[in-house]
Amino acid sequence: MNNYELMVIFTPVLSEEDFKSAQKKYQDFIKENGGDTVASNPWGLKSLAYPIDKKTTGIYWILEFTAPSTVNEKLKIQFLRDEQIMRHMITKLDKYAVEYNHIKRNGGFPVHKAVEA
Amino acid sequence: MAKNEIKYLTAIKQEKPKKKFCRFKKYGIKYVDYKDIEFLKKFINEQGKMLPRRLSGNSLKYQRKVADAVKKARQMSLLPYVTDLLK
Repeated sequence: MNNYELMVIFTPVLSEEDFKSAQKKYQDFIKENGGDTVASNPWGLKSLAYPIDKKTTGIYWILEFTAPSTVNEKLKIQFLRDEQIMRHMITKLDKYAVEYNHIKRNGGFPVHKAVEA
Repeated sequence: MAKNEIKYLTAIKQEKPKKKFCRFKKYGIKYVDYKDIEFLKKFINEQGKMLPRRLSGNSLKYQRKVADAVKKARQMSLLPYVTDLLK
């Protein structure tokens, strides 16, 4: 059971409930394959740094989950098949990353991080 | 020898460059988050290119983590590959 973080960019034309149903679909997909979601954090509509498929904005969604290592391959196939998704990225989280996300979620960092450099 | 070349008796005293330190070791930051754009912007120049270690002052281990995070951010179009007047 490793910790992973998934970031997905949907096409901007997606409506709100499609966006929600897509989130739900993938979270259930992970649950079926023996993983479970730690935190889901939809960023919503954001402008892209460079156009992807001629679109300059996209709907971002970040999902942190734990799953056995076999799940990612199946997940990737789902993403490639789904044409609403422009780009996706799954990163493996090491223990520092998990701790970082944990701190970030409940309560920010101690003040000194903001004052550095 | 050029006529107007000024010769100094003593070498000009350059202003001593600020002692660089690795901010990751100093502030105990262990993980570079690729989503934290404001933090990553400190390590790239106006064109969006990554700063070398001699300018950013990072130690090797953390420079690689920063490089990895910047490439991930570029992949997910949080940071541009090349631009002008990014800051």
